[in-house]
Amino acid sequence: MPVPTPFHSRTSALCTSYRWKDWAGFYAVCSYDTNHDREYFAFRHAAGLLDVSPLFKYRVVGSDAAEFLAFVMARDIRRVKPFQVSYCCFCDGKGKVIDDGTVARLGETDYRVTSASPSLRWLQEHARGFGVQIRDESESVAALALQGPTSREILKQVSQDADLDHLRFFRIAQARIDGIPVEISRTGYTGDLGYEIWLRAQDASPVWDRLMTAGSSYGAVPAGLDALDVTRVEAGFILQGVDYHSATRCPTESRKSSPFEIGLEWTVDLEREPFMGQEALRLEKREGSRWSLVGLEISWEELERLYETHGLPPHLPAAAWRTAVPLYDGQRQIGRATSGSWSPLLKKNLALASVETRYAEPGTKFQIEHTAEYERRTLTATVVPRPFFNPERKRA
Amino acid sequence: MASQLDAVIVGGGHNGLVCAAYLARAGRKVMVLERRPVLGGAAVSEEVFPGFTFSVFSYVVSLLRPEIIRDLELSRFGLQLIPLECAFTPLPDGNSLCRWSDWEQSRREIERFSKRDAEIYPAYSQAMMQMGRFVKPILSMTPPDPASRNPAELWELLQLGRRFAALGEEERFLKLKMFTMSAVDFLDRWFESDVLKATMSVSGIIGTFQGVRSPGTAYVLLHHYMGEIDGAFRSWGFSRGGTGQVSLAIAGSARHHGAGIRTEAPIEKILVKDGLARGVVLEGGEEILSKLVISSVDPHLTFLKMVGPEHLEDEFIEAIRRYKLRGSSGKVNLALDRVPEFKCRPGVGPHLRGDVAISPSIDYLERAYDEAKYGRYSRRPYLNVVIPSLCDPSVAPPGKHVMSIFVQYAPYHLREGAAAWPSQREAFGDAVIDTLAEYCPTLRDSILHRQVLTPWDIEQITGLGEGNIFQGELSLEQIFFLRPAPRWARYRTPVRNLWMCGSAVHPGGGIMGAPGANAAREILRSGTL
Repeated sequence: MPVPTPFHSRTSALCTSYRWKDWAGFYAVCSYDTNHDREYFAFRHAAGLLDVSPLFKYRVVGSDAAEFLAFVMARDIRRVKPFQVSYCCFCDGKGKVIDDGTVARLGETDYRVTSASPSLRWLQEHARGFGVQIRDESESVAALALQGPTSREILKQVSQDADLDHLRFFRIAQARIDGIPVEISRTGYTGDLGYEIWLRAQDASPVWDRLMTAGSSYGAVPAGLDALDVTRVEAGFILQGVDYHSATRCPTESRKSSPFEIGLEWTVDLEREPFMGQEALRLEKREGSRWSLVGLEISWEELERLYETHGLPPHLPAAAWRTAVPLYDGQRQIGRATSGSWSPLLKKNLALASVETRYAEPGTKFQIEHTAEYERRTLTATVVPRPFFNPERKRA
Repeated sequence: MASQLDAVIVGGGHNGLVCAAYLARAGRKVMVLERRPVLGGAAVSEEVFPGFTFSVFSYVVSLLRPEIIRDLELSRFGLQLIPLECAFTPLPDGNSLCRWSDWEQSRREIERFSKRDAEIYPAYSQAMMQMGRFVKPILSMTPPDPASRNPAELWELLQLGRRFAALGEEERFLKLKMFTMSAVDFLDRWFESDVLKATMSVSGIIGTFQGVRSPGTAYVLLHHYMGEIDGAFRSWGFSRGGTGQVSLAIAGSARHHGAGIRTEAPIEKILVKDGLARGVVLEGGEEILSKLVISSVDPHLTFLKMVGPEHLEDEFIEAIRRYKLRGSSGKVNLALDRVPEFKCRPGVGPHLRGDVAISPSIDYLERAYDEAKYGRYSRRPYLNVVIPSLCDPSVAPPGKHVMSIFVQYAPYHLREGAAAWPSQREAFGDAVIDTLAEYCPTLRDSILHRQVLTPWDIEQITGLGEGNIFQGELSLEQIFFLRPAPRWARYRTPVRNLWMCGSAVHPGGGIMGAPGANAAREILRSGTL
C-alpha cells in the first residue's frame, strides 16, 4: 500500500475526484478533477503545481564528488558548473541504461542526483575508492514542480534571495519562501517554462500554501500526473519503465537499451577518462545501434476515414497511453510505439517509439496498429523530430 | 511596382491571412493589405485599457479547422487554444443551470428542471454529433453548382447525395427537418424544460437577424454545434492572448512562407480593365499590380465599392445588393478589478470558466427579438458573457479580469437609421450592464473601464458591412452554393482574376479559416497561378 508524501494533507484535501495512483510507493494524484483537461491547459497557459516528492534523491558530497559522478554517469559531470543542473543517464558495465535523471551542483563539492527508481546501492557500490559520501535524501527532501508560462511571476511573488529573472534554463538557485530555505531549479518534465522547488519535508505545507495563494492570481491550479503525461509526450521526454526499462530490472538482454537507442546520445561524453559502460558504448557507436527512439505523428485524416467506415466520429483516448503498440513495414514488425497522446495544443496524434535504426530518419513512414470498433487496423505514422512542442519561453 | 506579385489579398482578417499562408506555402508571391494598424479583422486583441487585453470583437474560437492548425503549424507561431469548461445560465429566480463536460454532473443539473430531459440529453448530443459528422466534410468542400453541367461538379454533387443516402433514415429526416425548422421547434422534439431549451436555442440565432422561433434557425444551431476541438464535436475555446493571437499566428506562418503583409494600407479600389482584375489602388494613389486579386472583405464592399457596378452585370449587382448583411449584435468589453459574483451561485467557481448566457426563457429571447424587429435594441438582450482571464492570466493584471459580453439584438438599422447609433451607444451599454447587474449585483462597482461597440462601430472599425459578424447571415438562402450569390459560390467572381476568400463565401463565418483555405486550394487547382 502506498504511503503519503509530505504534501498529502494539502493534495488529499483538493483531490475531490479520488483519482490516485502509486508512484514509487507514494500516493500521487492522477487528476484533481474528474478529467485532467484543466490541469493540462494550466501547464500550457498559466501554471500547474505538481507534487514530485516521490522522485529518488541522493546527495553526493566530498572532494571526489565530480570525479565520481563523471565515472558513474555517461555525461562528463566535471563540466557542470556550480548551480548548474545537468540531465544525464547512467549505465551498467555493458553500456545499458539503468536510469535517467538530473545532477544539480549545489556547492563546490556538493551534488544532488535524482532518479526514477532506487539507486543508492548502485551509486555506493561504484563509489569505492572515491572520496565521497552518498546520502539518500528521498524522504527528507520534498519537491514541487511549478510549470507553465506564469510560473516565473508566481515564484517572484513568493521567493526572496533569488534572481529569477536571470535564472537560466537548467540552473538552480538557493532562495527563501516566507523565510523557509528552498532551492529553485529551472527544470521540469513539461517542456515549458517551469521550475522545481526542493525543500525540507517538514516545510512542505507552508510552501504549498504560499504557492497556491500567490498562484491564484496567475491561474495556477494543482495538477496531477495525467496532465503531466500529456505534456511530457508533447515535450518528447522518455519515461523509465515505459519507453525503456532499467537494465537492472530487465528479465532479458534484448529488453535493455543503450543511451543511443533511447535518444540520449547527446548526454553521452564518450571520449574522456573511463566511465561506466564506456567500452561497450564506444563499440556500439562504431558499429551502430539496433534500435532508435523516434517521435511519430499518426495520420489524423486516416484515423477519421477509419472511423467513418464504421459510421463513427473519430475517437481517441482522452488521456496519454503507455501500452506498447506494434509498428509495421508491410507484414513485418519493425518496432513498437511505447507511449503517446493526442496533443490538444498541436491537434496532432503523437507517439514515442522504438524502431529499427534504418526506420529512424525524419520523414520515414510506416504503419501503426489502431483498433477501431473492436477491429485491428493500421494507420500511417511519420517520423518527426522531437520535441513536438518547444516554445521559446522554455529557455527565454 | 512591377507586376511580380501573384496575388494581392484585400483585408488582413483571419481568412485573408489563411489564404495568403496557403498560397505562400505553395510558393506563390502574395501580399496582404490591411487597412487598420492591427491584423486580424474581427479577430483582434487590443490593449484598450492599460494592462487589459480585449478580444475586441470575436471572442471565442470553435470552428478553426484542425487541419489548418496542423498545415500552417500555428502552435509554432504562438497559437494556444483553451477549452471553455462549461455553459452557465443564471436565472432571475435564484436558480441556475450549468452544463459541464462531465456528463453526470450535467445530468444532476438538468434533473433539477426535468428528469426526462436529463435522460434524453446524451441521445440528443449523439444525434447532433452524427449530424456534425455529416456536415463536417462539407466545410472543406468547394460548393458544387447544382445548375452546372461541369462533370467534375456533378460528380461532387453525386458524392454529396451518396453521403446523404448513407445516413440512416431517421438521420436523413432529422437533417431535412433541421434545414427548415426553428431552433425552438427542433428542441421541442427533444426537451420539455423551458430553461434548457431557451439556453440551447440561442446557438440558432447568433449573428443572424432571426428569433429563436424563426424558421431556419435550427440549421444555425448545428453550425455552432460543430465547434470542434480535438475531434470531439463540442468545445469552444479561448485563444491564449485573445482571439488576435489566432490572426497573429496565421500571419507568422504566412510570413514564414514568404508572404508580404502590410498594415495601414487601405484599398481605394480594385483595378479592373477589360473585365480582368489587375491589382489594387490604395488610398493616396499607390497602385499595386498582381496576377490575381483575392478579396476577404464582404461582397458589398468588394463589388459595390471596390470593383464598381460599371464592371458588373445588373443581375449580379442585384444579387449582391440583396445579399443580407443586417448586423444584429453588439459587444461590451469590461476591465474589472475583481471577478464578478452571481447572486444565484456565489463565489469564484469553475462555473465562471466557460460562457455565461443570459437566456432565462424562450419568451425572454423572443421578446428581445420583438424589439429588434421594429428597429430598437433589446432593452433586455440575450447576453453571452466570458471571463477569459480566469483561464488565461496573460490578458489582465494579476487578480484583475476582462469580461467580454456579446449582445443580441442590436440591429444595425435602428428606427432612426444606423447613423443614430453614436447617440444611443452609451444607453445601449447601460442596458447591457443593467441586464447583467440583475444577476450580478456587484458588477457595476468592479468596472474599471467599459468599451461599447454597436454594429455601427463594428462596421466603422473593422469594415464588416452593417456590422454583421459573419459577413452575411447564415440563413438558408445564403449558404453553400448560394453564398454569396448563385453561380458564384466557388470562390470565383464574374470579374476574371478576382476571387473571394472571406466569411462571405462557403462555409461562412466564425473563426474557422475554411473559406480562406478552400479559396487557396481552389485557386491553386484552377491553374491561374
